[in-house]
Amino acid sequence: MNAAHLLNWTLLIPLLAVVGIVLCSRWENLRETASLGAAAILFAVVCTLYGNLRDGVELAVHWIEILPGLAISFRVDTMGMVFALIASSLWFVTVLYAIGYMRGHDEQNQTRFYACFAVAISAVMGIAFAENLFTLFVFYEVLSLCTYPLVTHAGNEKAKNGGRIYLGILLGTSIALFLPAIIGTWMLSGTLDFTPGGVFPEGTSPVLLSVLLVLFAFGIGKAALMPFHRWLPAAMVAPTPVSALLHAVAVVKAGVFSVVKVVVFIFGIDTVADLPVTSWLVYLAGASILLASLVAMRQDNFKSRLAYSTVSQLGYITLGAFMASQAAIVGSMLHITMHAFGKITLFFCAGAVYVAHHKSEISQLDGMGRVMPVTFIAFTLGALSIIGLPPLGGVWSKWFLMMGALDSGYLIMLAVLSISSLLNIVYLLEIPARAFLRPAPAGASLQEARPSSVVAMVITTLMCIALFIYGSDLYEFIRSARLV
Amino acid sequence: MSVLFSHYNYWVVIVLMMIGFYIVIAQGNLVKKLIGLNIFQTSVFILYISAGKVSGGTAPILADGITLYSNPLPHVLILTAIVVGIATTALGLSLIIRIRDTYGSVEEQDVRAAEGNRKQESC
Amino acid sequence: MLSHLPILQVILPLLGAPACLILWRPRIAWAFSFFISALAFIISGLLLKQVWQGGEIVYALGGWEAPWGIEYRIDLLNAFLLLIVSGLSTVVLAGARQSVAREIPAEKQTLFYVAWLLCLAGQLGILATGDAFNVFVFLEISSLSTYTLISLSRQREALWAAFQYLIVGTIGATFVLIGIGLMYMMTGTLNMADLAQRLPEVADTRTVFAAYAFIIVGVCLKLALFPLHAWLPNAYTFAPSVVTAFLAATATKVAVYLLIRFSFTVFGKDFSTFDVPLHSIFIGLGLIAVFSASTVAIMQRNIKRAIAYSSVAQIGYMIIGLGLGSVLGLQATLLHLFNHALMKGALFMAMVAMMLRIGGITVDDIAGLGKRMPVTALAFVTGGLSLIGVPLTVGFVSKWYLVSAAFSQGMWLVALLVVLGSLLAVMYIWRLVEIMYFRESPEQAPRGEAPLTVLLPLLLLVLGNIYFGIDTRLPVSVTEAAASSLLVEAYQGVQVGGAK
Repeated sequence: MNAAHLLNWTLLIPLLAVVGIVLCSRWENLRETASLGAAAILFAVVCTLYGNLRDGVELAVHWIEILPGLAISFRVDTMGMVFALIASSLWFVTVLYAIGYMRGHDEQNQTRFYACFAVAISAVMGIAFAENLFTLFVFYEVLSLCTYPLVTHAGNEKAKNGGRIYLGILLGTSIALFLPAIIGTWMLSGTLDFTPGGVFPEGTSPVLLSVLLVLFAFGIGKAALMPFHRWLPAAMVAPTPVSALLHAVAVVKAGVFSVVKVVVFIFGIDTVADLPVTSWLVYLAGASILLASLVAMRQDNFKSRLAYSTVSQLGYITLGAFMASQAAIVGSMLHITMHAFGKITLFFCAGAVYVAHHKSEISQLDGMGRVMPVTFIAFTLGALSIIGLPPLGGVWSKWFLMMGALDSGYLIMLAVLSISSLLNIVYLLEIPARAFLRPAPAGASLQEARPSSVVAMVITTLMCIALFIYGSDLYEFIRSARLV
Repeated sequence: MSVLFSHYNYWVVIVLMMIGFYIVIAQGNLVKKLIGLNIFQTSVFILYISAGKVSGGTAPILADGITLYSNPLPHVLILTAIVVGIATTALGLSLIIRIRDTYGSVEEQDVRAAEGNRKQESC
Repeated sequence: MLSHLPILQVILPLLGAPACLILWRPRIAWAFSFFISALAFIISGLLLKQVWQGGEIVYALGGWEAPWGIEYRIDLLNAFLLLIVSGLSTVVLAGARQSVAREIPAEKQTLFYVAWLLCLAGQLGILATGDAFNVFVFLEISSLSTYTLISLSRQREALWAAFQYLIVGTIGATFVLIGIGLMYMMTGTLNMADLAQRLPEVADTRTVFAAYAFIIVGVCLKLALFPLHAWLPNAYTFAPSVVTAFLAATATKVAVYLLIRFSFTVFGKDFSTFDVPLHSIFIGLGLIAVFSASTVAIMQRNIKRAIAYSSVAQIGYMIIGLGLGSVLGLQATLLHLFNHALMKGALFMAMVAMMLRIGGITVDDIAGLGKRMPVTALAFVTGGLSLIGVPLTVGFVSKWYLVSAAFSQGMWLVALLVVLGSLLAVMYIWRLVEIMYFRESPEQAPRGEAPLTVLLPLLLLVLGNIYFGIDTRLPVSVTEAAASSLLVEAYQGVQVGGAK
């Protein structure tokens, strides 16, 4: 088969999985097999595409021209490949985890859950491989809408309010800011194709470009740049697998991925570096990192703390994008990867504690390390990766972000990154400290979550370690991207 | 002065139109409203008919020795408009009959009051 | 036969109406009127094809050449609208039988179809004719039958709504009549093409100015442009469900067509945009309409009324595009005519299904509908998403063009307000979505979907919303050609006039 056709299948496989899931809704084992199978096939397809990309094969497909000059079309490039590899591999792991979680928790409407999940993955593939900003926007909106039923899965008042904030901010920013920015770009440059070095013609007024950049920065609400971050904590009402894959990996990474794409391929890093507004955005991202960390320290709810931690970590990636140097962009892409594997591990652990012992607050975790040793060892390693200590992957991304800050001359950002790491230690390591060092609750015996959930979190933890060891390969791959 | 009198037909039209419009707005009785609407329409008929008048011309019927006729086209047009007006009036009146059957009144304020009560009940 | 299509289009429903009366049995009357409407649709499709390939069609009625006789003139603009109106009439009519049987007293059902065909004939007539006075006649035919259709509802408020509409509608039509009369006095012709040639010579007179003002105000009354929209929410709310679906999808479109035709063909772009400050008036009123009506829509208990207010808001968008006065702006308006017909058709058709099953349409009635009528609820949500302007739906296409048009003229503020307006749409649609999916159904609430005859047209409309949001070739190419021919040719016409 022509390799480019495989690109179609990255979007179609999850959609076919939806059909399978809905058809098998009565037989849950069959239904979950459909999900797992699709995830495995998708990962295999993405890996094949990766091989082709390494061989230098041109991978592009064109679907349909919706409006004259505005087409839905896809092209595999290095950055998209990184994102697609993360999302497809973690889809498989998350389905594995979800089987244990959803059954252990006796959730309702599991068919709807798996179906929407698959649609979301299809949309993520669309974002990863989008050849132009228009395609990216289309799938961005699809992703917002198809995750709404997942966020409001519980169907109660709290879920409804969470869903309202979620959709309100995501849809609101995308319609009111992102869309005008895209149309403005289209009007100024006449193209929306991602082009290394940017699309704007020479001599476009810097004021106009600044306005557009700000519109993009805030309009891509999924990047959760403060003050448009409220949707992420609100989305935590969702079942934990959703929080894990979508709100630590797929959705939020789609946001920052879009920001990186816009900076590199719509504006061009040289243009962004020269714009007067850029430094403000850099400072804003820095503030977002620190403020979110401070808020995270005050959260007692396990998932809320992780959510604010995510807001803070997304700030790193946005920061890297706006610093707009080669090293900073590489740092951002590395951080997308490292944070994905680290944070999903943390969420898996939070969900495991909840489903096995119904504990959702951090203050309830005293001594739980002895009850769930595997879970909390995994948590500790994941947290160390996010903090950025060896021998875990997170160290590389922080390293390159700091290099980027040096390159771009934002020395103060070095301080921000260091302080933030310290804050990370405080609010993340508090949890295993409580779990291992405080006395265990009376009468507690060893009880982990369901096996499939435990397997899932072990896999992601091992990945965190593997990313440290093979960090240089990933670095070389990302660096091969043509930025200018 | 000459403007006032040379175009007196327009003044008639305007006065009639305003009278009709005023009745439509000010009267609460639905039948009177409809009569106001009729006067309003009639003023426009007169506008058309008087526009067709050619000074010195006679009725547009072919006859020997006459060369100057009034323009018959506006008259024909207005025949259509009159028919439309009659249809409107008939439909309006039949609606009023049904409103009277349902609400027991043809006064706007009674109908509005009945609606208001119902809204409160249903809330 | 093919050369007579322009008149067949109008005459079929016009003659079909009395024929329907003879058939008498409601079921047969329904089948017959559906057949007629479908024929009209096929004819309009053929007409559009002819116009697309061979250019404007001129048809002299009864062989009397213009300017003595009445001529029908089909160009891309009205061929496109003929297709929308007859198409939506056919689809809605297909799903109408059961709803009519439920909502309209048995002895009046046949009359209902008669009035429907007359209304259709009137609307098609307005679109097809090239004669200004003919416009008035057809306007009244469609209006009178519309009042009748509204008053046939079982809800007693419908009578009052119909009467209000009758008063406002007649005043509007009479204004149009005055405007046409004044134009005739100045030029001695009623033929639109003739008028377009002769009006520039007398364009500086106060009479022509008054004629234009009367026509615009009259048409805007029919159009329910803010602040002349007071009649619309009542009329839409209390009319029988299918009538609302039909009117919302077609009636305002026809009024917008008249506005375009008179502004750009008859009076010409230069008169209507340079001599009269219509730009700012239309854009201003349009924006106020978007914001005020959308805000009111958020607070309604009756969802039919909420969506009726949304129609007022959507008319605002069309008027903004018109007010921009550029080819792109006009194209945005024309696209939105088509797209809005699809969205509102789908939304009101979903309400037809709800009304049929659960008998009411307030927020209490639809609580928990997502479980009780999943297909209908999903259709409603899709229509709502299209209204919001989510990508891959038709609403997105309109929004894209409207915002681009505003941008390309440097009107950043207008563009921004347009997108902010759609956030209000998110609010009033999502409020209903939450009610349908998160509230518990009332006890012993009826369950189950509407019959297939209602569901199929509904699904057709919903699929239309998605299909034309992805494959936009037909509407985009037709509207582009129509808009540029209207504006560019009108411009050339004035140049010739100026050279004299």
